[in-house]
Amino acid sequence: MLECLPEGAVEHTVGKINPAKTCQPIGAMYAALGIHRCLPHSHGSQGCSAYHRMHLARHFRDPVLASTSSFTEGASVFGGLANLKASVKNVFAIYQPDIIAVHTTCLSETIGDDISNIIRQCEIPEGKYVIHANTPSYYGSHVTGFSNMCKAMVSYLAQSDGTTKKEQMNVLPGFVNPGDMREIRRIVDLLSVKLILFPDTSDVLDSPLTGKYEMYPEGGATIDEIRDSGNSELTLALGAFASNDTADLLQEKCGVTGIPLKLPIGLKATDAFIMAIHDWFGVEVPKSLTVERGQVVDTLIDTNFHYQGKTVAIFGDPDHVLAMTEFVITMGMIPKYVLTGTPGKQFEDEIRKMLEKAGITGSRVKVDGDLFELHQWIREEKVDLLIGTTYGKYIARAEDIPLVRFGFPILDRAVHPLMPVVGYRGCLRLIEQISNALLERQDRDALDEDYELVM
Amino acid sequence: MGDLCTLPVGNPATCISERERSIITAGKNRTAIHCTDDSLAGAVSQRACVFCGARVVLNPVTDAVHLVHGPIGCATYTWDIRGSLSSGGEMYRNSFSTNMKERDVVFGGEKKLAACIDEIVDKYHPPAIFVYSTCVTGIIGDDIVAVCKEASRRHAMDVIPIDSSGFISGNKVIGYRAAAEALMRLITPKDGEHVEKTRKLNILGEYNLGGETWLIKRYLHEIGVEINVAFTGDSTVAALKQAPGACLNLVQCTGSMHWVAAQLEKKFGTPSINVNFFGAENTAESLRNIAQFYNDPEIARRTEALIEREMARIQPEIRKYRAKLAGKRAAIYVGGAYKAVAIIRQLRELGMEIVITGTQTGRKDDYATINGMLGEGAIVIDDANPAELEKFLLEKKVDIMAGGIKERVLAYKLGIGFVDHNHDRKDCLAGFEGAVTFAREVYVTGCSPVWKYLKHAEGI
Repeated sequence: MLECLPEGAVEHTVGKINPAKTCQPIGAMYAALGIHRCLPHSHGSQGCSAYHRMHLARHFRDPVLASTSSFTEGASVFGGLANLKASVKNVFAIYQPDIIAVHTTCLSETIGDDISNIIRQCEIPEGKYVIHANTPSYYGSHVTGFSNMCKAMVSYLAQSDGTTKKEQMNVLPGFVNPGDMREIRRIVDLLSVKLILFPDTSDVLDSPLTGKYEMYPEGGATIDEIRDSGNSELTLALGAFASNDTADLLQEKCGVTGIPLKLPIGLKATDAFIMAIHDWFGVEVPKSLTVERGQVVDTLIDTNFHYQGKTVAIFGDPDHVLAMTEFVITMGMIPKYVLTGTPGKQFEDEIRKMLEKAGITGSRVKVDGDLFELHQWIREEKVDLLIGTTYGKYIARAEDIPLVRFGFPILDRAVHPLMPVVGYRGCLRLIEQISNALLERQDRDALDEDYELVM
Repeated sequence: MGDLCTLPVGNPATCISERERSIITAGKNRTAIHCTDDSLAGAVSQRACVFCGARVVLNPVTDAVHLVHGPIGCATYTWDIRGSLSSGGEMYRNSFSTNMKERDVVFGGEKKLAACIDEIVDKYHPPAIFVYSTCVTGIIGDDIVAVCKEASRRHAMDVIPIDSSGFISGNKVIGYRAAAEALMRLITPKDGEHVEKTRKLNILGEYNLGGETWLIKRYLHEIGVEINVAFTGDSTVAALKQAPGACLNLVQCTGSMHWVAAQLEKKFGTPSINVNFFGAENTAESLRNIAQFYNDPEIARRTEALIEREMARIQPEIRKYRAKLAGKRAAIYVGGAYKAVAIIRQLRELGMEIVITGTQTGRKDDYATINGMLGEGAIVIDDANPAELEKFLLEKKVDIMAGGIKERVLAYKLGIGFVDHNHDRKDCLAGFEGAVTFAREVYVTGCSPVWKYLKHAEGI
């Protein structure tokens, strides 16, 4: 049987079985790819870089490049200074990025390499940049690593030219797909507010096939844009775990007001995102967006009997799961199990608040959990639907529950990185996926006499 | 040196001169290729690490628990990543990690490791636990050998440490060796135990990707030879412990299993022969070599009958694809050299010209073999980086590439067809049937109707 759950009740108290998270460096690498002409650099053993690139390439189905300090035993004993200095020199000479974004690994962190100090000793060509984030793999998760690299962008690059702010807005999109970042930009453009979106992996990891390979595709936030983020009036931090620290840093360093929001996934969170822009800049919400919203509500009413009252287990990254939990409550579903692999107690508090407000009792919520635990819960009492990453497929099969793939990573389906789940259009996509998953199941299980043409 | 320039640089002065000796042109260079070097600091290398090498060799042991002692990432990235199929348990497809946190790094992870082992034994009672060290556990000096020894004693079972800290080397071969040592530890009979010799054979370096071990088993059964155990495709702990009972070892993936074969010969007197079941010609040759070893006219007769029947069966299919593919230009970039050699032969059988061949872990003699197989002007490259691959793919006007995931996306972007020959595939490419499957895959990607739209898109 393809499952990890032994018969009977068993305690699981130490280590992880079938993890629901991965390590910081991959998040830092992904964030760095959202800077224009940036080469992420992994300061550690070669394997880290190879694994991260492979994992990202499997999710995005696009080339992912990153260099590595290629630690060997010597570097591990004497420190990685020589390796990093040589790397910076070689990378600028050979791959010619505008900026190198260094992230550390558990190895270099344990050795205690002082990266800021090493960078100061590097030969950096005129007009080029090297930034770094500390991303020890034994702390937090890949979301923490993403957040740390976003913070590094601000601490190294963002500058405030004075007290007068420009009428422009920063959006920190969180650890979302390029399709989501593109959609966020589309919505902000419709609201006619000047936007600095960083990091921005659209046109980097969803680039077209042209027969020509661009090592640095067109997309990504430029260094100038990130620098100018210090002059914006406002920062919207989407997703507390991925973006709040960066917004705080921008506020502290450059005096840019930060507003923490959920990822704009689902009706309420998208409303909140649009209203925050409307309220701050006093811009009109264009009719086209109002129509999009109306279409979502219309669809929700058309389809509510497909899913209302169904129970669901949601797992994945905390910002995604928080927003998704809110959305399924909007849809009238019951989030019975909610789990993230990332540590952070505020997650539990926020989910419990949502559940309480919706009058839902008897749900289980967990941070820093793994899929063994989630499977245990489901084995005890089944749910109608599972929402989460590819790794949910083993549970879905063992317990015969439909799985809606959502979040990172999705390794067994394609197209998803290009299709937004944020915004009103994202709502429609999620409704379609959730509804279809349940209806497919109903069709599969229906007796001849119950097999319906119109559903 | 201009040849070594990598995109996006236009200035020849900025090439990595250290890479020069790792690329040669067949028929031109007299010097041997420089390989098994450590990768250059700052390189965008396609290579991995020791841990990765150890993990891919051992992971197919189906009923063992594979416990990664380190922070979470190493376990997550190696969760169910091989296409090795199992006829029994699926334990190996789960991911176990000690999930080291900051305090474990500071105070040491030995206690946590011991606790994880206890919990796993309590839950699953596996026949063996493989414990992999990672960079952090190596650097802080956790004595996993002692922890495993104590746990073995406590639970009266095999708890086997693998010295696979990533920083030991960027070369997976070192990891293969670490895995090989773990395997030897597992299969060496304990005091008082003895494994009787049989007429069965072991097949080393065969991972049952897409059921390849099963296919070979079927062929061998037909000629009158039985497999004792495969290392490590679809193997169990109990079956591996019977390894000393074989009368012959077949060695397929030489990079990972040469050392094991030598050890088995030394300790148990088992001879070995190299085999290669990729491609019809290789398969036939391998079967004949096996038959010859047994020196039994009946086995020899059956072998010839099988080869004749299978060749007759697949030839029309291969000819069909050959008609579509002949003259196309191919590039190969794979992990091990034996695989590269096999693919060269197969693509040749399809009438294609091989213009680039590279590996991550090839040795000098491997490269000499490869060099000898290729036509004048073909590029041979060790530990290629993507920029080098791109340069040569374009320069050599490659139509189809064979490689792994990181090369796949690069090839596609360049408008080049791609066929997966990596250790995570789930298609059976071995044997006579596999030769047809491989030909079909090359055809499907090389002759996809989509490619013509790439050219038509220019006006839009």
